[in-house]
Amino acid sequence: MIAPTKPDLVTVNIDGKEIAVPKGTNVIEAARLVGVDVPHYCYHPKLTVVGNCRMCLVEMGMPAVDPATKAPVMDPATGKQKINWIPRPQIGCGTTASPGLHIRTQTPQIKDCREGVMEFLLINHPLDCPICDQAGECKLQEQATGYGRGYSRFIEQKNVKPKRTQLGPRVTLDDERCILCSRCIRFSKEVAKDDVLGFIDRGSHSTLTCYPGKQLANNYSLNTVDICPVGALTSTDFRFKMRVWFLKQTNSIDTESSVGANTVVWSREGQIYRITPRQNDEVNDTWMADSGRELYKQVRAADRLTVIKVGNLDSTLDMAVKAAGEIFKASAGAIAVVGSGRNSVEEQFLTKKLAEALKASTQLVSRAGTGDKILVSADRNPNTRGALVTGLISALPTQQLTGLAAAIDAGQIKTVVSIGEDLTAAGLTAAQLAKISIVYLGTHVNATSTAAKVVLPTYTVFEKSGTFVNQQFRIQKFAKAVPAPAGATDDLVILAKLATATGATVPTADLAAVWKTIAAEIPALGTISFNNLPDTGLLLDQTPWATLPFVEGETLHFKPAASAETRS
Amino acid sequence: MNLQPATLQKIDEVITHYPVKRSATLPLLHLIQEDIGYLPERTEEWVAAKLSLEPINVYEVITFYPMFRRKPIGRRHIKVCRTLSCALVGGYKTCAQFEQEFNTHRGEVSPDGEVTIDFVECLASCGTAPVVLIDDDLHEKVDCAKAKALSAKIKAEAGARKQESGIQNQTQH
Repeated sequence: MIAPTKPDLVTVNIDGKEIAVPKGTNVIEAARLVGVDVPHYCYHPKLTVVGNCRMCLVEMGMPAVDPATKAPVMDPATGKQKINWIPRPQIGCGTTASPGLHIRTQTPQIKDCREGVMEFLLINHPLDCPICDQAGECKLQEQATGYGRGYSRFIEQKNVKPKRTQLGPRVTLDDERCILCSRCIRFSKEVAKDDVLGFIDRGSHSTLTCYPGKQLANNYSLNTVDICPVGALTSTDFRFKMRVWFLKQTNSIDTESSVGANTVVWSREGQIYRITPRQNDEVNDTWMADSGRELYKQVRAADRLTVIKVGNLDSTLDMAVKAAGEIFKASAGAIAVVGSGRNSVEEQFLTKKLAEALKASTQLVSRAGTGDKILVSADRNPNTRGALVTGLISALPTQQLTGLAAAIDAGQIKTVVSIGEDLTAAGLTAAQLAKISIVYLGTHVNATSTAAKVVLPTYTVFEKSGTFVNQQFRIQKFAKAVPAPAGATDDLVILAKLATATGATVPTADLAAVWKTIAAEIPALGTISFNNLPDTGLLLDQTPWATLPFVEGETLHFKPAASAETRS
Repeated sequence: MNLQPATLQKIDEVITHYPVKRSATLPLLHLIQEDIGYLPERTEEWVAAKLSLEPINVYEVITFYPMFRRKPIGRRHIKVCRTLSCALVGGYKTCAQFEQEFNTHRGEVSPDGEVTIDFVECLASCGTAPVVLIDDDLHEKVDCAKAKALSAKIKAEAGARKQESGIQNQTQH
């Protein structure tokens, strides 16, 4: 990695504390750096600044200079340069740091300003926090407590506006709660590139609306719910299901594509209620696709595998492993392992160990789609690069396992170990599946699990911890959010047991132990352990694979290296 | 959009007056309203396509300004001032007089199709209150008697026009 060029720094003074900040930083961000909270609604670090909520008012001053001589004017009382304070407050979001800028956020004037802005925002806002879905994560609620006057002088009638507009298939709008910050409008326009939201009418009649006949239906619509500072935009799926303060937050990774958007999984008592994006400025900023938020539904899907089976009979883990071992012994030398780009790095490493013990060929199935140029890439496997890094594969996977199919037809392959991959989807026919013995590790029912001799139910990404390597070759970790259903076993445990059954020595199926072996055997991951991996991930050296024709096109924070070369 | 060629020409010309096309939104809406008399359905789409915008951007502008109409109005638009000075010296009475003369209510088209009466805010002639703007002509000190006279004039003109078109129809036959 080339070190980023050091940005020009300017020194500003906020509430008496001096701090050097990069040029162009605005006052809200600069204040954040010295631990001063400047309350705001419309400002969002990843969107353009509009300055329409007026909550972030601050007092601003500049060092005084003599207009004629440009010499600093000194204050005899303090011996320091005099500060000329602007008598009127300025908005913090729209004020960028300049050398010597002085900011005061704790003066009586600013207190009055905040109380005034809060009072105006609250006059038409419903006072029904106890039944509002945003309660607990509502900026208006928090800042009314922190900066409001505490009681209302409003005796007039509040405005009446539409209460439950369906803006799109996933977003519901309560217009009475809207404080007209326009974050959702700017997000739709600037990030999602789907400019359908706007304010119609004016004054206290202003109403957030979707253009008649259109819908907020793009695959990023739920981000508007995340950035809505109040309870106006709510997720139709999550709304009124659970109070947010009851939910446990677990860091995770979006598995829908190789972008590897950072996420937070919100769960309670073993049940997941929602998935929201987690800020990672190198990967997904503060956004994620709607499609990735629905993935938790696979955890309790009706077609989840929860029974270990050997030849269609219910079995136990040890018996199933024994049965698999016998199959391996019977077909020694004619075994193929189909690994998965959906598995974690650790699982792929153990898959490789298993394949080595079985002297089996290894392959992956690619899942290609069309990239949306934002946060869903063309490679729909979250961890294709993990398989490259661990050495499970050395070339890019194909969508159809034609080589394997031919080998089965020729009688060279008698047993296939499939790690969560549906072989029918990868181009194998039912007749070919009937010719071989299949050992299937996976989470959901499919044609391969039905045809398998041994079925070993495994965990979904929400039930285990591990790492993925995304399209930037950034290794990122995810953590276990909920316990797995009875009957399912950790992939690592199964893989380790299968490898042990064939006589190989593998590390115990525990992340720390697996990582010790990984670090020892794979130079690229030599310095990493699961615990020391930062939450925002770590970039790996990608030069060994720089020439591979990866399928991804450009997405947010990612430019494909290969195509950049061909262009230049 | 069924616009006259002259309007289309003006529209194309006015777009060139601004550094960014978006700035021409208001002038375009005015030109369309002058031509058709109101902003018909799908104006948003038409203007948006013309200025490389999204329809919602135009929709926001149209709903913001009360001067834009989404429905046809009468042949003449009578705007009665109701801001303080005019209200103090009888602007409301003037308006009521017009309503009575044409047997209509504010914001509606009169039954004969001749006028639409509306209250508006300050017309900047407080010294001669109450004032009334009929289409582009300012009428000062419009008390009830003057309102009656103005109404009579409009009705007379309407009658004359009807007769004229009647004669024309006869000569055509």
